[in-house]
Amino acid sequence: MKSAKEILMAIQSALPGAQVEVVLNPSPSGQHSLRIDPASALAVAVFLREDSELALDYCSNATGVDWPDKEVAEKVKVAKVVEGVEQVVEETIKHVEPGYLEAVYHLFSMKKGPVNEPGPVVLRMRTVNRTDQVKLPSLTPVWRSVEFQEREIFDLFGIVFTGHPDLRRILMWDEFEDHPMRRDYVDPDDYEYEPTPHDEVLKRAEEQKAKAAEVTQ
Amino acid sequence: MGSGIGAAMAVKPDLKIELGKQGVFVTTISDLYNWGRKNSVWPMQFGLACCAIEMIATTMARYDLARFGAEVFRPSPRQADLMIISGTVTKKMAPQVVRLYNQMAEPKYVIAMGACAISGGPFKQGYNVLKGIDRYIPVDVHIPGCPPRPEALIHAFMTLQAKIDEQPLTGSERPRHLDAEAQGEFPIPVQGAHDLEPPVNRLVWPLPAPAVIGTDAENCG
Ligand code: SF4
Repeated sequence: MKSAKEILMAIQSALPGAQVEVVLNPSPSGQHSLRIDPASALAVAVFLREDSELALDYCSNATGVDWPDKEVAEKVKVAKVVEGVEQVVEETIKHVEPGYLEAVYHLFSMKKGPVNEPGPVVLRMRTVNRTDQVKLPSLTPVWRSVEFQEREIFDLFGIVFTGHPDLRRILMWDEFEDHPMRRDYVDPDDYEYEPTPHDEVLKRAEEQKAKAAEVTQ
Repeated sequence: MGSGIGAAMAVKPDLKIELGKQGVFVTTISDLYNWGRKNSVWPMQFGLACCAIEMIATTMARYDLARFGAEVFRPSPRQADLMIISGTVTKKMAPQVVRLYNQMAEPKYVIAMGACAISGGPFKQGYNVLKGIDRYIPVDVHIPGCPPRPEALIHAFMTLQAKIDEQPLTGSERPRHLDAEAQGEFPIPVQGAHDLEPPVNRLVWPLPAPAVIGTDAENCG
C-alpha cells in the first residue's frame, strides 16, 4: 500500500493541474487523508480507480463532517508606546475562522485484495462555507456504491452533490428543511413527558414544565 | 370481574354450571358478543423494525399465535382489527401508520410492541423517531422490552382478549364502535418543515399536568 504522500505524488505526476494536499492525522493510527479540490475531484477519482498500481475500485463509506465557525485567539507581539516608552506588548487578537462542510470517502481495492492492500485511502472534499456555497461534485459516477451515502450526506448535512443521479432526501421527508447532523441543529421540543430525565433532557424537560406552568397560570 | 352494567348482567358462573347440568344453556348477549369478538382478532400484516422479527416468530410453528384465534395476518387494513405496532416508528412513517389505523374497521385495537413503539426506545434522543405511537392513536396494550419475546406478545394478546371479554356493551365503558359520539377518525399528522404537525394528538395523549410547586393554590388562575 502506498502511503498518502506517495499517492499524492502519483496524482501530481499523472494530473499536473490537480490540487491535492495531505491532511495529517496526528493520532497513533496515523490515518492521513488526501484533501482534493472540488474542481479536479472527478479527474482524481477516476485516476485513483483506474491506476493499475492503486486500483481503488471500491468506496466502502462516505460521510459528512460539519466544521462550524470557530473563534481563534492568537497572541501577537506588537511594539507600542506606553507612557512615552516604546515597549513590546503581547496582545491577543481574535478572529473567526469560517466553517465549512466536508465529505469524507473511504476507498479500498478489491482487485489487490485486503491482504496486500489494507486500506482505507481517505479522501476529503470541503465546501466553501456552510450556508450558500455548499456544492461538491458527486463521486457516484466513479463509485456507484456511494449513491445512497451521498443522499444521506445531502439529507443530514446539506451538501449538494452536483452530478448525482438521484439527489433526494433519504431519512427525513421531502418537506423537512433542517439538516439534523449539523452542529447547530436544534431538535423539536418533544420532551414534555419524561419519566426519568437526566442531563440535557432534564434541562429541556424543566424548561417545558416552566412553560406549561406559565400557560396554565 | 369488572364493574358496571356489563358485570351486573353477567350470569353467575355457578348458576350457569348448575343449569348446564340440567341441560339448560344460559348466556347473555354481551357474553356471546364479546366471546365472538375476542376469539377472532385478526392482526394486520406489517412490521417496522427488529421487533417485527419477533412478531413473525410468534406466528410461526414454535409459538403458534393461531392457537388464540389470530390466524392469519391480514394484508389489508379493511380485513384487520388489531394493529401490532412492532418496531421503531419514525417520523417519516408515523403518518402512514395513523392512516392505516384510520382505514381499519371498528372495533379495532392496538398493541404497541417494544420500547421503540411505546417511547422511542434506544432512539428516543434521536431526531427522526417518534417518541411513542400513543401520541397519535389510542393503545390498548403496551409491551416493554427490546425486543419483547414472542411469549410477551402472546401475553399481550391474551391481555387484550381479557380486556375485550370484560368490556360492557353499554355505559361509559362501552367500546368505541357502540358509541355514536366517539371519535372514529384520528388526525393524520402532516410532515412539516421541522417536525410532525401537530406533534401530538391532544385528545389521545394529554400533556401530563405540570408539577405543582409550592402550595399557594390561590395564586393560580
Ligand atoms: S424495541 Fe428494540 S427490538 Fe424493538 S424495534 Fe426497537 S430497537 Fe428493535
